[in-house]
Amino acid sequence: MSKGKSAIMIGQLRGGTATIVGIVIATGAVVFIQNAAAQNRLEEGREKFRQMATVFQHPRCMNCHPRTDFPRQGDDRHRHTMNVMRGPADRGAPGLHCSTCHQSSNQTASGVPGAPDWHLAPPRMAWDGLSAAELCRALLDPARGGMKPNQFIPHFQTGLVRWAWSPGAGPHGEMRNAPPIPYERFMVLTREWIDRGAPCPNS
Amino acid sequence: MIKLNVNGRTATVEADPDTPLLWVLREQLGLTGTKYGCGIAACGACTVHVDGSAVRSCSFPLSAAKDRKITTIEGLSHNRSHAVQKAWIAEQVPQCGYCQSGMIMAAAALLAEKPRPTDADIDAAITNICRCGTYQRIRRAIHVAAGSS
Repeated sequence: MSKGKSAIMIGQLRGGTATIVGIVIATGAVVFIQNAAAQNRLEEGREKFRQMATVFQHPRCMNCHPRTDFPRQGDDRHRHTMNVMRGPADRGAPGLHCSTCHQSSNQTASGVPGAPDWHLAPPRMAWDGLSAAELCRALLDPARGGMKPNQFIPHFQTGLVRWAWSPGAGPHGEMRNAPPIPYERFMVLTREWIDRGAPCPNS
Repeated sequence: MIKLNVNGRTATVEADPDTPLLWVLREQLGLTGTKYGCGIAACGACTVHVDGSAVRSCSFPLSAAKDRKITTIEGLSHNRSHAVQKAWIAEQVPQCGYCQSGMIMAAAALLAEKPRPTDADIDAAITNICRCGTYQRIRRAIHVAAGSS
């Protein structure tokens, strides 16, 4: 082989190697950027849930997601007065169902709150004492009454959940406090959390 | 105008749909056996049955009573023959008596659902308030009505 031909072949080899290295680097960069973007979206999702958790942890929601055999009342989350019990179906004791006092809407005359199908969440869906991360994992765990991401929106649109944002006035006319985030904002956060894969905060 | 079924009879009343059933029963239908106590569903003096279940009528809107079967103390039996009424007399439960129609209706609703209630069942279901403190006689009479005493 002549020196000229040999030099051309070496040059072609080097060029090919450089191209491959370039492709590998470019691919790696794309993967890195994609991973970083995915990580960003996950972290955004976790932050969305942290904000959503302030609603779940509010007394309007938490009082009916107790770990106990009785519901709670008020912003101080005291035990429901009148010895009200959970009962076998989470709808009160035989003879004293939730519907003995709670109707499908707030009652202005008595100050008794109400919404369709007023009842307690079952014990497996107890939220007492859970951090945002634990709450998130519970909400997604079928064994604890958790749901698939596409089931959250319909659930949050039920009258009982929406009641938290229209809790009405108590017997002495004092307005009950609603969760810290408006309902519409809560629903936007929920959709954004789901769009980002419904990730849970790490702690 | 809302048509009601009270104690097996049809009655037509005209009132705001938010009006508590208690005031329709007492003031429009003259069924004054159902008492006003606290007005906030806490004491149970106003207890009636709606479709057989105990309801505190001070917190039950008229609009929700449509097409439901309402029973007041006057309609529990026509001749005081209900087991709870007989047990109440046998055990001489009332003192002043003001809360007793609500107590009897709450007890009857419990026994319809739980024919042999334990003391714990009674504690969970009968949360009505009696200022005379007749609670022990109430418990005893419920057991008598259940045939378990």
